[in-house]
Amino acid sequence: MIEVKNLTKRYGMTVAAKDVSFTVNNGEVLGFLGPNGAGKTTTMKILTCFMPPTAGSAVVEGFDILENSLEVRKRIGYLPESTPLYTDMMVEDYLAFIAEVRQIPKSQRNERIKKMVSVCNLQSVLKKDIGELSKGFKQRVGLAQAMIHDPKILILDEPTSGLDPNQIIEIRELIKELGKEKTIILSTHILPEVSATCDRVIIINEGKLIASGTPEELQDSAQGDSILYTTIHASKSDIEKVFAEVDFVKEHIFIDQHDKANRYKIVVKKSEKNPGESIFKLALDKGWTLSEIHKESMSLEDIFLKLTREK
Amino acid sequence: MGIIFAIFKKEFRSYFVSPVAYVMITIFLIVSNWLFFNTYFLDKEASMRLFIARMPWIFLFFIPAITMRIWAEEKKLGTIELLMTLPIKDYEAVIGKFISSFAFLVLCLILTFSVPATVAYTGNPDWGPVIGGYLGALLMGTAYLSLGLFISSITENQIIAFIIAIMISFVFLIIGDNFVLYSVPYFLVPLFEYLGFGSHFMSISRGVIDSRDLIYYFSFIFFFIFLNIRSVESRKW
Repeated sequence: MIEVKNLTKRYGMTVAAKDVSFTVNNGEVLGFLGPNGAGKTTTMKILTCFMPPTAGSAVVEGFDILENSLEVRKRIGYLPESTPLYTDMMVEDYLAFIAEVRQIPKSQRNERIKKMVSVCNLQSVLKKDIGELSKGFKQRVGLAQAMIHDPKILILDEPTSGLDPNQIIEIRELIKELGKEKTIILSTHILPEVSATCDRVIIINEGKLIASGTPEELQDSAQGDSILYTTIHASKSDIEKVFAEVDFVKEHIFIDQHDKANRYKIVVKKSEKNPGESIFKLALDKGWTLSEIHKESMSLEDIFLKLTREK
Repeated sequence: MGIIFAIFKKEFRSYFVSPVAYVMITIFLIVSNWLFFNTYFLDKEASMRLFIARMPWIFLFFIPAITMRIWAEEKKLGTIELLMTLPIKDYEAVIGKFISSFAFLVLCLILTFSVPATVAYTGNPDWGPVIGGYLGALLMGTAYLSLGLFISSITENQIIAFIIAIMISFVFLIIGDNFVLYSVPYFLVPLFEYLGFGSHFMSISRGVIDSRDLIYYFSFIFFFIFLNIRSVESRKW
Protein backbone atom coordinates (compact mmCIF):
# COMPACT_ATOMS: atom_id res chain seq x y z
CA MET A 1 0.00 0.00 0.00
CA ILE A 2 1.45 3.31 -1.06
CA GLU A 3 -0.20 6.62 -0.38
CA VAL A 4 1.21 9.70 -2.00
CA LYS A 5 -0.16 13.02 -0.82
CA ASN A 6 0.39 16.35 -2.54
CA LEU A 7 3.95 15.58 -3.47
CA THR A 8 5.89 18.52 -4.84
CA LYS A 9 9.51 18.62 -5.90
CA ARG A 10 11.39 21.65 -7.09
CA TYR A 11 14.92 21.77 -8.42
CA GLY A 12 15.78 25.41 -8.07
CA MET A 13 13.34 27.13 -10.37
CA THR A 14 12.04 24.08 -12.21
CA VAL A 15 9.14 22.13 -10.79
CA ALA A 16 9.61 18.42 -11.41
CA ALA A 17 6.48 17.26 -9.63
CA LYS A 18 3.57 19.40 -8.61
CA ASP A 19 0.96 18.35 -6.09
CA VAL A 20 0.94 14.70 -7.14
CA SER A 21 -1.41 12.47 -5.14
CA PHE A 22 -2.31 8.85 -5.71
CA THR A 23 -2.75 5.55 -3.93
CA VAL A 24 -1.52 2.13 -4.92
CA ASN A 25 -3.31 -0.80 -3.30
CA ASN A 26 -1.73 -4.07 -2.34
CA GLY A 27 -1.25 -6.43 -5.22
CA GLU A 28 -1.82 -3.77 -7.82
CA VAL A 29 0.37 -3.08 -10.82
CA LEU A 30 0.38 0.64 -11.42
CA GLY A 31 1.60 2.07 -14.69
CA PHE A 32 3.24 5.43 -14.51
CA LEU A 33 2.90 7.12 -17.82
CA GLY A 34 4.17 10.38 -19.15
CA PRO A 35 6.46 11.97 -21.70
CA ASN A 36 10.16 12.19 -20.91
CA GLY A 37 10.81 14.73 -18.20
CA ALA A 38 7.25 14.61 -16.90
CA GLY A 39 8.27 13.79 -13.35
CA LYS A 40 8.01 10.00 -13.28
CA THR A 41 11.58 9.39 -12.24
CA THR A 42 11.46 12.20 -9.70
CA THR A 43 8.39 10.71 -8.04
CA MET A 44 10.08 7.32 -7.91
CA LYS A 45 13.26 8.76 -6.44
CA ILE A 46 11.17 10.33 -3.71
CA LEU A 47 9.25 7.13 -2.98
CA THR A 48 12.48 5.15 -2.70
CA CYS A 49 13.85 7.73 -0.26
CA PHE A 50 16.71 8.74 -2.52
CA MET A 51 15.70 12.33 -2.06
CA PRO A 52 13.00 14.07 -0.10
CA PRO A 53 10.09 16.01 -1.59
CA THR A 54 10.01 19.78 -1.33
CA ALA A 55 6.49 19.49 0.05
CA GLY A 56 3.93 16.79 0.66
CA SER A 57 4.43 13.30 1.96
CA ALA A 58 4.17 9.66 1.12
CA VAL A 59 3.43 6.64 3.25
CA VAL A 60 4.66 3.22 2.19
CA GLU A 61 3.25 0.18 4.01
CA GLY A 62 2.38 2.45 6.91
CA PHE A 63 5.80 4.08 7.15
CA ASP A 64 6.44 7.71 6.31
CA ILE A 65 9.22 8.18 3.74
CA LEU A 66 10.81 10.97 5.76
CA GLU A 67 10.40 9.77 9.33
CA ASN A 68 10.95 6.08 8.75
CA SER A 69 13.04 6.03 5.66
CA LEU A 70 14.97 2.87 6.59
CA GLU A 71 11.77 0.88 7.15
CA VAL A 72 10.43 2.10 3.82
CA ARG A 73 13.62 1.16 2.01
CA LYS A 74 13.56 -2.32 3.55
CA ARG A 75 10.16 -2.95 1.98
CA ILE A 76 10.96 -1.64 -1.47
CA GLY A 77 12.88 -3.18 -4.31
CA TYR A 78 14.02 -0.54 -6.76
CA LEU A 79 15.29 -0.68 -10.29
CA PRO A 80 16.51 2.83 -11.14
CA GLU A 81 16.32 4.27 -14.61
CA SER A 82 19.01 2.98 -17.00
CA THR A 83 19.90 0.23 -14.50
CA PRO A 84 23.07 1.42 -12.77
CA LEU A 85 25.17 -1.52 -11.57
CA TYR A 86 28.69 -2.03 -10.28
CA THR A 87 30.22 -2.95 -13.59
CA ASP A 88 33.45 -4.32 -12.11
CA MET A 89 31.70 -6.93 -9.97
CA MET A 90 30.73 -10.46 -10.92
CA VAL A 91 26.99 -11.11 -11.01
CA GLU A 92 27.35 -13.66 -8.22
CA ASP A 93 29.34 -11.31 -5.97
CA TYR A 94 27.01 -8.46 -6.67
CA LEU A 95 23.92 -10.39 -5.63
CA ALA A 96 25.75 -11.63 -2.56
CA PHE A 97 26.68 -8.06 -1.66
CA ILE A 98 23.11 -6.83 -1.99
CA ALA A 99 21.84 -9.80 0.03
CA GLU A 100 24.33 -8.98 2.78
CA VAL A 101 23.54 -5.27 2.88
CA ARG A 102 19.85 -6.10 2.82
CA GLN A 103 20.61 -8.17 5.91
CA ILE A 104 19.02 -11.34 4.70
CA PRO A 105 19.92 -13.90 7.38
CA LYS A 106 23.04 -15.84 6.45
CA SER A 107 21.23 -19.15 6.35
CA GLN A 108 18.79 -17.91 3.72
CA ARG A 109 21.17 -15.89 1.57
CA ASN A 110 22.30 -18.64 -0.77
CA GLU A 111 18.79 -19.88 -1.19
CA ARG A 112 17.52 -16.39 -2.06
CA ILE A 113 20.34 -15.84 -4.54
CA LYS A 114 19.62 -19.20 -6.17
CA LYS A 115 15.96 -18.32 -6.38
CA MET A 116 16.69 -14.98 -8.06
CA VAL A 117 19.13 -16.62 -10.46
CA SER A 118 16.47 -19.05 -11.59
CA VAL A 119 13.65 -16.50 -11.70
CA CYS A 120 15.73 -14.07 -13.75
CA ASN A 121 17.57 -16.73 -15.78
CA LEU A 122 21.06 -15.72 -14.80
CA GLN A 123 22.73 -19.15 -14.58
CA SER A 124 24.88 -18.61 -17.64
CA VAL A 125 26.37 -15.29 -16.49
CA LEU A 126 26.96 -15.86 -12.78
CA LYS A 127 30.73 -15.72 -13.11
CA LYS A 128 30.83 -12.82 -15.52
CA ASP A 129 31.59 -9.19 -14.80
CA ILE A 130 28.44 -7.12 -14.97
CA GLY A 131 30.20 -4.69 -17.31
CA GLU A 132 30.48 -7.43 -19.96
CA LEU A 133 26.79 -8.29 -19.99
CA SER A 134 24.28 -7.40 -22.67
CA LYS A 135 21.60 -4.87 -21.90
CA GLY A 136 19.01 -7.59 -21.39
CA PHE A 137 21.13 -9.44 -18.86
CA LYS A 138 21.95 -6.22 -17.02
CA GLN A 139 18.28 -5.49 -16.77
CA ARG A 140 17.68 -8.93 -15.33
CA VAL A 141 20.52 -8.51 -12.85
CA GLY A 142 18.87 -5.23 -11.85
CA LEU A 143 15.57 -7.01 -11.34
CA ALA A 144 17.22 -9.80 -9.36
CA GLN A 145 18.82 -7.18 -7.16
CA ALA A 146 15.48 -5.46 -6.63
CA MET A 147 13.70 -8.67 -5.65
CA ILE A 148 16.34 -10.47 -3.65
CA HIS A 149 14.84 -9.58 -0.29
CA ASP A 150 11.35 -10.50 -1.45
CA PRO A 151 9.97 -6.99 -1.02
CA LYS A 152 6.29 -6.26 -0.91
CA ILE A 153 6.75 -3.34 -3.25
CA LEU A 154 8.67 -3.11 -6.48
CA ILE A 155 9.42 0.22 -8.10
CA LEU A 156 10.70 -0.21 -11.62
CA ASP A 157 11.79 2.79 -13.65
CA GLU A 158 11.50 1.94 -17.32
CA PRO A 159 12.28 -1.75 -16.90
CA THR A 160 12.08 -2.53 -20.60
CA SER A 161 13.89 0.41 -22.15
CA GLY A 162 16.64 -0.59 -24.51
CA LEU A 163 15.62 -4.24 -24.73
CA ASP A 164 14.85 -6.17 -27.87
CA PRO A 165 11.27 -7.35 -28.49
CA ASN A 166 11.88 -10.85 -27.13
CA GLN A 167 13.42 -9.53 -23.96
CA ILE A 168 10.62 -7.02 -23.56
CA ILE A 169 8.08 -9.83 -23.67
CA GLU A 170 10.11 -11.84 -21.16
CA ILE A 171 10.34 -8.94 -18.72
CA ARG A 172 6.64 -8.18 -19.11
CA GLU A 173 5.75 -11.78 -18.41
CA LEU A 174 7.94 -11.65 -15.35
CA ILE A 175 6.31 -8.46 -14.12
CA LYS A 176 2.85 -9.90 -14.69
CA GLU A 177 3.80 -12.99 -12.75
CA LEU A 178 5.21 -10.93 -9.90
CA GLY A 179 2.22 -8.61 -9.93
CA LYS A 180 0.06 -11.43 -8.62
CA GLU A 181 1.53 -11.08 -5.16
CA LYS A 182 3.43 -7.81 -5.13
CA THR A 183 2.58 -4.17 -5.41
CA ILE A 184 4.37 -2.77 -8.42
CA ILE A 185 4.86 0.72 -9.73
CA LEU A 186 6.22 0.72 -13.22
CA SER A 187 7.12 3.72 -15.28
CA THR A 188 7.27 3.68 -19.00
CA HIS A 189 6.55 5.69 -22.06
CA ILE A 190 5.85 2.64 -24.15
CA LEU A 191 2.09 2.48 -24.18
CA PRO A 192 1.35 -1.10 -25.22
CA GLU A 193 3.34 -2.10 -22.16
CA VAL A 194 0.75 -0.52 -19.95
CA SER A 195 -2.17 -2.38 -21.43
CA ALA A 196 -0.07 -5.54 -21.32
CA THR A 197 0.92 -5.38 -17.68
CA CYS A 198 -0.90 -2.79 -15.61
CA ASP A 199 -4.09 -2.89 -13.58
CA ARG A 200 -4.21 0.84 -13.30
CA VAL A 201 -2.61 3.79 -15.01
CA ILE A 202 -1.55 7.24 -13.93
CA ILE A 203 -0.61 9.79 -16.52
CA ILE A 204 1.52 12.71 -15.51
CA ASN A 205 2.68 15.59 -17.60
CA GLU A 206 4.85 18.54 -16.65
CA GLY A 207 4.87 17.33 -13.07
CA LYS A 208 1.10 17.22 -12.75
CA LEU A 209 -1.14 14.22 -12.49
CA ILE A 210 -3.59 14.52 -15.36
CA ALA A 211 -5.41 11.19 -15.43
CA SER A 212 -5.82 8.06 -13.39
CA GLY A 213 -7.81 4.86 -13.76
CA THR A 214 -7.80 1.44 -15.38
CA PRO A 215 -6.82 1.41 -19.04
CA GLU A 216 -10.51 0.81 -19.91
CA GLU A 217 -11.69 3.69 -17.74
CA LEU A 218 -9.21 5.98 -19.37
CA GLN A 219 -10.40 4.90 -22.78
CA ASP A 220 -14.00 5.57 -21.81
CA SER A 221 -13.34 8.93 -20.27
CA ALA A 222 -11.20 10.15 -23.10
CA GLN A 223 -13.59 8.88 -25.71
CA GLY A 224 -15.60 11.56 -27.45
CA ASP A 225 -18.08 10.58 -30.12
CA SER A 226 -17.87 6.93 -31.13
CA ILE A 227 -16.90 5.99 -34.59
CA LEU A 228 -18.34 2.90 -36.21
CA TYR A 229 -17.75 1.22 -39.52
CA THR A 230 -20.65 -0.67 -40.95
CA THR A 231 -21.58 -2.34 -44.20
CA ILE A 232 -25.26 -2.41 -45.02
CA HIS A 233 -27.07 -4.27 -47.77
CA ALA A 234 -29.66 -1.71 -48.84
CA SER A 235 -29.94 1.04 -51.35
CA LYS A 236 -27.79 4.05 -50.77
CA SER A 237 -30.62 6.55 -50.87
CA ASP A 238 -32.61 4.59 -48.28
CA ILE A 239 -29.72 4.39 -45.91
CA GLU A 240 -28.83 8.02 -46.15
CA LYS A 241 -32.39 9.07 -45.64
CA VAL A 242 -32.70 7.02 -42.45
CA PHE A 243 -29.36 8.19 -41.06
CA ALA A 244 -30.30 11.79 -41.68
CA GLU A 245 -33.47 11.28 -39.66
CA VAL A 246 -32.10 9.36 -36.67
CA ASP A 247 -30.88 11.77 -34.05
CA PHE A 248 -28.05 9.74 -32.44
CA VAL A 249 -26.16 9.71 -35.73
CA LYS A 250 -24.15 12.87 -35.93
CA GLU A 251 -22.60 12.25 -39.27
CA HIS A 252 -22.50 9.53 -41.90
CA ILE A 253 -19.77 9.26 -44.46
CA PHE A 254 -20.06 6.98 -47.42
CA ILE A 255 -16.91 4.97 -48.02
CA ASP A 256 -17.47 2.56 -50.87
CA GLN A 257 -19.89 0.15 -52.51
CA HIS A 258 -19.45 -3.56 -53.29
CA ASP A 259 -22.21 -5.38 -55.15
CA LYS A 260 -25.19 -4.04 -53.28
CA ALA A 261 -23.47 -3.43 -49.99
CA ASN A 262 -22.62 0.10 -48.93
CA ARG A 263 -19.90 0.79 -46.42
CA TYR A 264 -20.28 3.77 -44.11
CA LYS A 265 -18.35 5.50 -41.43
CA ILE A 266 -20.79 6.65 -38.80
CA VAL A 267 -20.10 9.12 -36.05
CA VAL A 268 -22.41 8.44 -33.13
CA LYS A 269 -23.06 11.10 -30.51
CA LYS A 270 -21.25 10.80 -27.20
CA SER A 271 -24.55 10.57 -25.31
CA GLU A 272 -25.40 7.24 -26.94
CA LYS A 273 -24.28 4.52 -24.50
CA ASN A 274 -24.23 1.51 -26.82
CA PRO A 275 -23.68 2.79 -30.34
CA GLY A 276 -23.22 -0.68 -31.84
CA GLU A 277 -26.47 -1.91 -30.40
CA SER A 278 -28.34 1.16 -31.62
CA ILE A 279 -27.11 0.73 -35.14
CA PHE A 280 -28.01 -2.94 -35.07
CA LYS A 281 -31.51 -2.23 -33.80
CA LEU A 282 -31.95 0.42 -36.44
CA ALA A 283 -30.97 -2.06 -39.16
CA LEU A 284 -33.31 -4.68 -37.73
CA ASP A 285 -36.11 -2.17 -37.69
CA LYS A 286 -35.62 -1.26 -41.32
CA GLY A 287 -35.07 -4.85 -42.41
CA TRP A 288 -31.49 -4.23 -43.59
CA THR A 289 -28.81 -6.86 -43.64
CA LEU A 290 -25.67 -5.92 -41.82
CA SER A 291 -22.52 -7.68 -42.92
CA GLU A 292 -20.06 -5.66 -40.88
CA ILE A 293 -20.18 -3.52 -37.81
CA HIS A 294 -17.12 -2.53 -35.89
CA LYS A 295 -16.31 0.16 -33.43
CA GLU A 296 -13.11 2.12 -33.66
CA SER A 297 -11.89 2.32 -30.11
CA MET A 298 -9.47 4.94 -28.97
CA SER A 299 -6.06 3.46 -28.33
CA LEU A 300 -4.03 4.36 -25.29
CA GLU A 301 -1.74 6.22 -27.66
CA ASP A 302 -4.57 8.49 -28.71
CA ILE A 303 -5.57 9.13 -25.11
CA PHE A 304 -2.01 9.81 -24.13
CA LEU A 305 -1.46 12.22 -26.99
CA LYS A 306 -4.77 13.91 -26.35
CA LEU A 307 -4.07 14.38 -22.64
CA THR A 308 -0.44 15.38 -22.82
CA ARG A 309 -0.93 17.87 -25.62
CA GLU A 310 -3.93 19.57 -24.09
CA LYS A 311 -3.06 22.81 -22.40
CA MET B 1 28.01 -3.01 12.01
CA GLY B 2 27.20 -5.83 9.59
CA ILE B 3 26.35 -3.31 6.90
CA ILE B 4 29.57 -1.34 7.33
CA PHE B 5 31.47 -4.60 7.10
CA ALA B 6 29.62 -5.62 3.93
CA ILE B 7 30.43 -2.29 2.30
CA PHE B 8 34.02 -2.50 3.46
CA LYS B 9 34.43 -5.97 1.96
CA LYS B 10 32.91 -4.97 -1.36
CA GLU B 11 34.98 -1.80 -1.61
CA PHE B 12 38.21 -3.45 -0.58
CA ARG B 13 37.73 -6.23 -3.06
CA SER B 14 36.97 -3.73 -5.81
CA TYR B 15 40.53 -2.37 -5.52
CA PHE B 16 41.86 -5.67 -6.73
CA VAL B 17 39.50 -6.58 -9.53
CA SER B 18 41.21 -4.14 -11.85
CA PRO B 19 44.95 -3.95 -12.52
CA VAL B 20 44.94 -0.29 -11.46
CA ALA B 21 45.48 -1.10 -7.79
CA TYR B 22 48.43 -3.36 -8.57
CA VAL B 23 49.96 -0.70 -10.76
CA MET B 24 49.50 1.90 -8.03
CA ILE B 25 51.03 -0.31 -5.35
CA THR B 26 53.96 -1.10 -7.61
CA ILE B 27 54.62 2.54 -8.41
CA PHE B 28 54.31 3.45 -4.75
CA LEU B 29 56.84 0.80 -3.72
CA ILE B 30 59.29 1.60 -6.51
CA VAL B 31 59.22 5.33 -5.88
CA SER B 32 59.42 5.12 -2.10
CA ASN B 33 62.17 2.48 -2.17
CA TRP B 34 64.12 4.22 -4.89
CA LEU B 35 64.06 7.61 -3.21
CA PHE B 36 65.32 5.98 -0.06
CA PHE B 37 67.88 3.49 -1.29
CA ASN B 38 69.59 5.72 -3.84
CA THR B 39 71.25 7.60 -1.00
CA TYR B 40 70.97 5.10 1.84
CA PHE B 41 74.17 3.22 1.17
CA LEU B 42 76.08 6.48 0.69
CA ASP B 43 74.82 8.07 3.89
CA LYS B 44 75.97 5.15 6.00
CA GLU B 45 73.27 5.88 8.54
CA ALA B 46 71.08 3.02 9.78
CA SER B 47 67.90 5.01 10.08
CA MET B 48 64.63 5.33 8.22
CA ARG B 49 64.47 9.07 8.71
CA LEU B 50 64.72 9.93 5.04
CA PHE B 51 62.23 7.27 4.05
CA ILE B 52 59.63 8.65 6.43
CA ALA B 53 60.42 12.27 5.59
CA ARG B 54 59.52 11.66 1.94
CA MET B 55 56.22 9.97 2.71
CA PRO B 56 54.15 13.20 2.82
CA TRP B 57 55.32 14.06 -0.70
CA ILE B 58 54.70 10.60 -2.06
CA PHE B 59 51.29 10.47 -0.36
CA LEU B 60 50.43 13.83 -1.89
CA PHE B 61 50.02 12.08 -5.25
CA PHE B 62 49.44 8.51 -4.17
CA ILE B 63 46.49 8.99 -1.80
CA PRO B 64 44.36 11.16 -4.11
CA ALA B 65 44.88 8.44 -6.72
CA ILE B 66 43.39 5.92 -4.28
CA THR B 67 40.45 8.05 -3.25
CA MET B 68 39.50 9.80 -6.49
CA ARG B 69 37.15 7.15 -7.84
CA ILE B 70 35.47 6.04 -4.65
CA TRP B 71 32.48 8.42 -4.69
CA ALA B 72 32.96 10.06 -8.07
CA GLU B 73 32.47 6.75 -9.83
CA GLU B 74 29.28 5.97 -7.91
CA LYS B 75 27.90 9.28 -9.07
CA LYS B 76 29.04 8.83 -12.64
CA LEU B 77 27.62 5.31 -12.98
CA GLY B 78 24.47 6.24 -11.09
CA THR B 79 25.06 3.43 -8.61
CA ILE B 80 24.83 6.00 -5.83
CA GLU B 81 21.08 5.81 -6.37
CA LEU B 82 21.20 2.09 -5.85
CA LEU B 83 23.41 2.36 -2.80
CA MET B 84 21.44 5.09 -1.08
CA THR B 85 18.08 3.42 -1.65
CA LEU B 86 19.29 0.31 0.16
CA PRO B 87 18.28 0.31 3.81
CA ILE B 88 21.56 1.75 5.02
CA LYS B 89 22.36 4.95 6.81
CA ASP B 90 24.49 7.51 5.02
CA TYR B 91 27.24 7.30 7.59
CA GLU B 92 27.47 3.53 7.21
CA ALA B 93 28.30 3.93 3.53
CA VAL B 94 30.83 6.68 4.26
CA ILE B 95 32.56 4.75 7.01
CA GLY B 96 32.57 1.47 5.07
CA LYS B 97 34.32 3.18 2.20
CA PHE B 98 36.68 5.01 4.52
CA ILE B 99 37.73 1.82 6.28
CA SER B 100 38.36 0.07 2.99
CA SER B 101 40.68 2.81 1.75
CA PHE B 102 42.35 2.83 5.16
CA ALA B 103 42.93 -0.91 4.86
CA PHE B 104 44.43 -0.37 1.43
CA LEU B 105 46.80 2.23 2.87
CA VAL B 106 47.81 -0.11 5.69
CA LEU B 107 48.50 -2.82 3.12
CA CYS B 108 50.73 -0.46 1.13
CA LEU B 109 52.68 0.50 4.24
CA ILE B 110 53.10 -3.14 5.23
CA LEU B 111 54.52 -3.84 1.79
CA THR B 112 57.37 -1.40 2.47
CA PHE B 113 58.75 -3.83 5.07
CA SER B 114 61.79 -4.33 2.86
CA VAL B 115 63.00 -0.92 4.03
CA PRO B 116 63.10 -1.56 7.81
CA ALA B 117 64.35 -5.09 7.06
CA THR B 118 67.29 -3.70 5.09
CA VAL B 119 67.97 -1.10 7.72
CA ALA B 120 67.99 -3.75 10.46
CA TYR B 121 70.20 -6.00 8.36
CA THR B 122 72.79 -3.36 7.55
CA GLY B 123 72.94 -1.62 10.89
CA ASN B 124 71.48 -1.24 14.28
CA PRO B 125 68.64 1.25 14.02
CA ASP B 126 66.83 2.96 16.83
CA TRP B 127 63.37 1.38 16.64
CA GLY B 128 61.55 4.27 18.33
CA PRO B 129 61.71 6.58 15.31
CA VAL B 130 60.95 3.67 12.95
CA ILE B 131 57.71 2.83 14.76
CA GLY B 132 56.93 6.52 15.25
CA GLY B 133 57.68 7.13 11.59
CA TYR B 134 55.23 4.46 10.48
CA LEU B 135 52.61 5.74 12.89
CA GLY B 136 53.15 9.29 11.61
CA ALA B 137 52.92 8.12 8.02
CA LEU B 138 49.76 6.20 8.78
CA LEU B 139 48.11 9.16 10.51
CA MET B 140 49.11 11.57 7.81
CA GLY B 141 48.04 9.14 5.09
CA THR B 142 44.69 8.69 6.80
CA ALA B 143 44.25 12.45 7.00
CA TYR B 144 44.91 12.68 3.26
CA LEU B 145 42.44 9.83 2.74
CA SER B 146 39.62 11.52 4.59
CA LEU B 147 40.23 14.70 2.62
CA GLY B 148 40.44 12.83 -0.68
CA LEU B 149 37.24 10.90 0.01
CA PHE B 150 35.39 14.10 0.77
CA ILE B 151 36.63 15.72 -2.44
CA SER B 152 35.62 12.63 -4.41
CA SER B 153 32.11 12.93 -3.00
CA ILE B 154 31.56 16.44 -4.35
CA THR B 155 32.27 15.71 -7.99
CA GLU B 156 31.48 12.99 -10.48
CA ASN B 157 34.70 13.49 -12.38
CA GLN B 158 37.61 11.42 -11.08
CA ILE B 159 40.28 13.62 -12.61
CA ILE B 160 38.84 16.71 -10.98
CA ALA B 161 38.67 14.84 -7.67
CA PHE B 162 42.31 13.86 -8.09
CA ILE B 163 43.55 17.36 -8.87
CA ILE B 164 41.51 19.18 -6.22
CA ALA B 165 42.56 16.64 -3.58
CA ILE B 166 46.22 17.20 -4.48
CA MET B 167 45.79 20.97 -4.37
CA ILE B 168 44.13 21.05 -0.96
CA SER B 169 46.48 18.44 0.50
CA PHE B 170 49.37 20.51 -0.81
CA VAL B 171 48.05 23.57 1.00
CA PHE B 172 47.91 21.66 4.28
CA LEU B 173 51.35 20.27 3.61
CA ILE B 174 53.08 23.61 3.12
CA ILE B 175 51.26 26.12 5.32
CA GLY B 176 53.25 25.00 8.34
CA ASP B 177 56.55 25.40 6.48
CA ASN B 178 58.91 28.17 7.45
CA PHE B 179 58.91 30.04 4.17
CA VAL B 180 55.11 30.32 4.36
CA LEU B 181 55.20 31.32 8.01
CA TYR B 182 57.64 34.17 7.22
CA SER B 183 55.28 35.67 4.71
CA VAL B 184 52.02 35.64 6.67
CA PRO B 185 50.97 38.29 9.22
CA TYR B 186 52.48 37.61 12.61
CA PHE B 187 49.23 36.79 14.41
CA LEU B 188 48.44 34.03 11.89
CA VAL B 189 51.71 32.19 12.42
CA PRO B 190 50.59 29.95 15.31
CA LEU B 191 47.38 29.08 13.47
CA PHE B 192 49.18 28.19 10.26
CA GLU B 193 51.78 26.25 12.13
CA TYR B 194 49.10 24.29 13.93
CA LEU B 195 47.04 23.62 10.78
CA GLY B 196 49.99 22.47 8.68
CA PHE B 197 50.81 18.76 8.57
CA GLY B 198 54.53 19.37 8.93
CA SER B 199 55.11 20.03 12.60
CA HIS B 200 52.79 17.25 13.77
CA PHE B 201 54.30 14.78 11.39
CA MET B 202 57.86 15.61 12.34
CA SER B 203 57.32 15.23 16.06
CA ILE B 204 55.53 11.88 15.74
CA SER B 205 58.12 10.55 13.32
CA ARG B 206 60.89 11.43 15.75
CA GLY B 207 59.18 8.94 18.02
CA VAL B 208 57.60 11.57 20.24
CA ILE B 209 53.94 10.71 20.54
CA ASP B 210 52.25 13.79 21.89
CA SER B 211 48.50 13.86 22.48
CA ARG B 212 48.28 17.27 20.79
CA ASP B 213 49.50 15.78 17.52
CA LEU B 214 47.17 12.82 17.82
CA ILE B 215 44.27 15.17 18.55
CA TYR B 216 45.21 17.23 15.51
CA TYR B 217 45.12 14.22 13.20
CA PHE B 218 42.00 12.71 14.70
CA SER B 219 40.10 15.98 14.49
CA PHE B 220 41.28 16.47 10.92
CA ILE B 221 40.12 12.97 9.97
CA PHE B 222 36.78 13.26 11.78
CA PHE B 223 36.14 16.68 10.32
CA PHE B 224 36.51 15.46 6.75
CA ILE B 225 34.54 12.27 7.40
CA PHE B 226 31.83 14.51 8.78
CA LEU B 227 31.95 16.69 5.67
CA ASN B 228 31.83 13.53 3.57
CA ILE B 229 28.66 12.39 5.32
CA ARG B 230 27.15 15.83 4.85
CA SER B 231 27.99 15.87 1.16
CA VAL B 232 26.42 12.43 0.66
CA GLU B 233 23.36 13.80 2.44
CA SER B 234 23.40 16.84 0.20
CA ARG B 235 21.21 15.08 -2.36
CA LYS B 236 18.45 15.68 0.17
CA TRP B 237 18.96 19.42 0.41
